[in-house]
Amino acid sequence: MTLFIFYCFAAVLIFAATMVITARNPVHAAMYLVLAFFNSAALWIMAGAEFLGIVLVLVYVGAVMVLFLFVVMMLDINLEKLREGFVRHLYIGLPIAVVMVVQMLLVVGSGIMDPATLPSGDLPIPEDAGNTALLGSVLYTVYVYPFELAAVILLVAIIAAIMLTLRRREGTKHQDPGRQVKVRKEDRLRTVDLPRNQQSGSR
Amino acid sequence: MTTADAFETPDLMLALPEIWLLAMACLVLVVDLFSKDRDHTPAFWLTQFALVSTAVITINLQWGVDATTFSGTYVADDFGTILKVAALGLGFLGFAYSRDYMRDRGLLTGEFYMLSLFAMLGMLVTISAHNLLTLYLGVELMSLCFYALVAMDRDSPRASEAAMKYFVLGALASGMLLYGMSMLYGTTGSLDLATIREAAATLEDNRILFLFGLVFMVVGVAFKFGAVPFHMWVPDVYHGAPTPVTLMIATASKVAAVGLFLRLIGEGLEPLIADWQQMIVILAVLSLLVGNTVALVQTNIKRMLAYSTFNHMGFILMGLLAGAPGGYGAAVFYAVTYAMTVAAAFGVVLLLSQKNFEADQLTDFKGLNERSPLYAFIMLLLMISLTGIPGTVGFYAKWLVLKATVEAGFVWLAVLAVAGAVVGAFYYLRIVRLMYFDKPEGAGPQPSGSGGFRAVLTLNGLAVLALGIFPGALVAICMAAFAP
Repeated sequence: MTLFIFYCFAAVLIFAATMVITARNPVHAAMYLVLAFFNSAALWIMAGAEFLGIVLVLVYVGAVMVLFLFVVMMLDINLEKLREGFVRHLYIGLPIAVVMVVQMLLVVGSGIMDPATLPSGDLPIPEDAGNTALLGSVLYTVYVYPFELAAVILLVAIIAAIMLTLRRREGTKHQDPGRQVKVRKEDRLRTVDLPRNQQSGSR
Repeated sequence: MTTADAFETPDLMLALPEIWLLAMACLVLVVDLFSKDRDHTPAFWLTQFALVSTAVITINLQWGVDATTFSGTYVADDFGTILKVAALGLGFLGFAYSRDYMRDRGLLTGEFYMLSLFAMLGMLVTISAHNLLTLYLGVELMSLCFYALVAMDRDSPRASEAAMKYFVLGALASGMLLYGMSMLYGTTGSLDLATIREAAATLEDNRILFLFGLVFMVVGVAFKFGAVPFHMWVPDVYHGAPTPVTLMIATASKVAAVGLFLRLIGEGLEPLIADWQQMIVILAVLSLLVGNTVALVQTNIKRMLAYSTFNHMGFILMGLLAGAPGGYGAAVFYAVTYAMTVAAAFGVVLLLSQKNFEADQLTDFKGLNERSPLYAFIMLLLMISLTGIPGTVGFYAKWLVLKATVEAGFVWLAVLAVAGAVVGAFYYLRIVRLMYFDKPEGAGPQPSGSGGFRAVLTLNGLAVLALGIFPGALVAICMAAFAP
């Protein structure tokens, strides 16, 4: 039964992944990507990594893909131009892909990945402990160095994103909140002494 | 070992270079934010101080040590120290050369310093990694900074194109590397390089799976080297990126790539040498062939240096594939001295560049001797060093690598490399001819730049000569690092 469910999820995953690159509409492609994430999350949960599965759904489906959809919808993407090279390069790309897939199938299919011959992982999951608890116990102890490095990578991503997008160009409309706050009455309000008109007084 | 029960408080002092550099990078971030200086002078001096102090700390704490910390994810040893100090020194040169150039183009921002410092941190992490996870994170940290730095000049379509190519191909290579690593993890059940090494030495049925992972990892590493046939990004990135960024990618990142190779393949998969040696031979041969032939027809010096990089990467790979301590030592010596020479070559390009003018065409070097005998002489030194003529450091580097290759039994490869170097002499010596025997078209670009820049560049150029005459100490250090 587990095997059957696994193959169902795996088949949908491969279908969705194929549709991501072949779908005509970028919004549809993004939706297929969501589907692909959901299926991989299900596969992870089946493999006992329920924490990773839930994080994948929360972070990727919940946050990243929604942002992604926004961007895709806001940008005016020229589909014809994007798809231009697809068929043209297929004659060289497809044979290479086929050769690679066959080679990989020969390796993987030779029974070498039989779970019985492979060593169990560093973290044999006890029956009574959850995946989340085990992750939590090593994340800030054994893996604290990689964890901090991941944090530095996020910091770099922030700096790089700000550097690449925050720039003043001629012709773009932008507000400068600092200048808006610092504005004084004299900058906006001009008091003028209007000379009284002598000849045609209104009174 | 990787369970929380066996957790020992890490020895933070051992990893002080990385911690210090991270702290300094964050300090630069904050100081630059509040500094009103338009030339970002505080960021510049703090960055240079960070690099020098980190190098001093590295030498003091890690030379002559062989220890791991952070539960075996971090290692400090001799060759790591050499590579780290070299990377930091190359970063120092890069910053010293780039100020005027970046200021003239409006690219002199605090982010340039921060991202470069974080890239340096990524290199240090890669060189000191003792775990597949840290190795990958180090490589990614370095690469992500470089993707952003290449794209820095937003108004240049060429830079954007280069950044896009670099990013897409780099992401693909990272994927390959990760896929290979996942195979290794699946086979051995561990991310620790020492455990993987033990497992590789006692392979039984799952040998094929190991090799399967190895192939993907070699592809990923070859991409970071820019070795043919994974070289497509190199010429475009070298050409499109702002020259100081090219300098960093061409020098410090190559040193880090050597570190990546030595940790992942040289150390972790050393028992499988018979298998990966063949793959590296193919990469080395192709790199030597493509590097020397395509560089002949380039008219842009940045592109020419990009293609000639393949030739030198071929040499470094030859040293690495020899495998024995002598080969590794020769490869490290080659990488360090090559990077130093190329840093100075890009320094001369930066020196001749002016506001709204890139001195990146070969014709810009015509008659340089009449305009600036000193820098024509330095460029002469650099070119003959890259060619490998005795008297300069390039000769010793090539000689050591060839010696190691012959000792490893690859005489034909050594012959091919020497033949390639002879062909390569043509395009290096062409620049010498342009500088000394040709008349410039019009006035030609004059050397510009501040006194500090010129002084460092002159010292760098003369170091190539000095190390060529007295290479003994550096050779001894590189060889000692791998002595069993």
